[in-house]
Amino acid sequence: MDINSNKYTYIFAVVMVVLVAALLSIAATSLKPFQDKNVELEKKSDILRSIGVEGTDVDALFAQYITEQLVIQNGTVVESEITAFDIDMASAVSLAVEQRQVPLYKAEVEGNTYYVLPLRGKGLWGPIWGYVALEGDGNTILGATFGHKTETPGLGAEIATPIFQDQFPGKKLFTTAYEGIEVRKGDAAGEQQVDGISGGTITSVGVQSMISDCLQPYKAYLMNIAANTAAPMVDTLGLTADTTLITAAL
Amino acid sequence: MSTEKPAKEALFSKKNRSLLTDPLNANNPITVQVLGICSALAITVKLKPAIVMGLSVLVVTTMANLITSLMRNMIPNRIRIIVQLVVVAALVILVDQVLKAFVYDVSKQLSVFVGLIITNCIIMGRIEAFSLGNTPWKSVLDGLGNGAAYGGILIIVAFFRELLGNGTLMDYPVVEWMGLYDLGYKNNGMMLLPPMALIVVALIIWVQRAKTPSLIEKD
Repeated sequence: MDINSNKYTYIFAVVMVVLVAALLSIAATSLKPFQDKNVELEKKSDILRSIGVEGTDVDALFAQYITEQLVIQNGTVVESEITAFDIDMASAVSLAVEQRQVPLYKAEVEGNTYYVLPLRGKGLWGPIWGYVALEGDGNTILGATFGHKTETPGLGAEIATPIFQDQFPGKKLFTTAYEGIEVRKGDAAGEQQVDGISGGTITSVGVQSMISDCLQPYKAYLMNIAANTAAPMVDTLGLTADTTLITAAL
Repeated sequence: MSTEKPAKEALFSKKNRSLLTDPLNANNPITVQVLGICSALAITVKLKPAIVMGLSVLVVTTMANLITSLMRNMIPNRIRIIVQLVVVAALVILVDQVLKAFVYDVSKQLSVFVGLIITNCIIMGRIEAFSLGNTPWKSVLDGLGNGAAYGGILIIVAFFRELLGNGTLMDYPVVEWMGLYDLGYKNNGMMLLPPMALIVVALIIWVQRAKTPSLIEKD
């Protein structure tokens, strides 16, 4: 058969495409379990990293430290047919705040209770996400980690580096009412402010609105925890110690 | 060595060996033909992604050369570029899936650049210029040689960029271990920026031309 005839060319193209499609589908299907496992491990290690736990055996560490996985809607714990870990944050945040079912991870590290909340929002080029871990008072931030899909390297992508993330520990989500964290341009001083990234303004603002938006469903739940732990939190001794330090510094 | 001399060309005849070694120096795809520069800028910040990228390209060039060479008498001339693209694209998707399944962290660092292997001129160039007109064994050697030459340059560039820019090699803190920081040594952050990859490649070209006079253009 003439290999340059039209008939041969069509047959060749069809056979080739069908073969390649079959080969690729087989490969994709057989590798899927491994890829899903990697994604799951990454999610677990992100959650653990926000409470300051790192290690190689992520599955074991996750089982050891994460004691409860709750589903929250409108500030209360609800029963849901989907488990907290399997909730897809991307579709959750697209709903109205009252309808969202969002996960809350409770962790126990050396006798302290921490709460880990997932975040999901928009950066400049694509989605950004992260986890914020709160201390037992449901208010003070213990740690925060952020990730992004396609932010500009060196600018917006810096939210995924310690330079940005290390500002979060110790910050507070609310004083009297829920307020969130404000990303400032260079003059962050307050308990609710962090410095944004130069040249990454849209991503920085994205982080701010992501935090404020994603924490809405938890508001009532967190303020409840805060109210219950408020009494021991006001520690007069601690306050005097702080004032002495400040006077000394002056 | 077998006692009876085969009638056809030996597997590693001088000509075949040169298919493997030529791309490493006198016909290097990056430093002489200046192909594949884009990915050389993008993924040479650290050594590990550079090694994985080099290996991926090596696998893809070798396999693509082998497959197209096996099919070379069956491919209709009018759609040969499309056939080459399908072969390369299928191989690249396979490599991408395997990386995602087994070296997930590296695959995330390489991100779009694995997919962009498809557009790497070295691969299409070798298929079009070599494997469509040569036997499978020669094509495999040619693919191995060019893939290795590409990967080799990536690794050299990444070695200097990670060492001088970040003070580490394969994430191992070499500079800290040598104690240079205590003597006031500082990492050069500029090495991590893309332009420095070009400058390092240019320095490699300089060294190579100084050592191989035949590459120097006569005015």
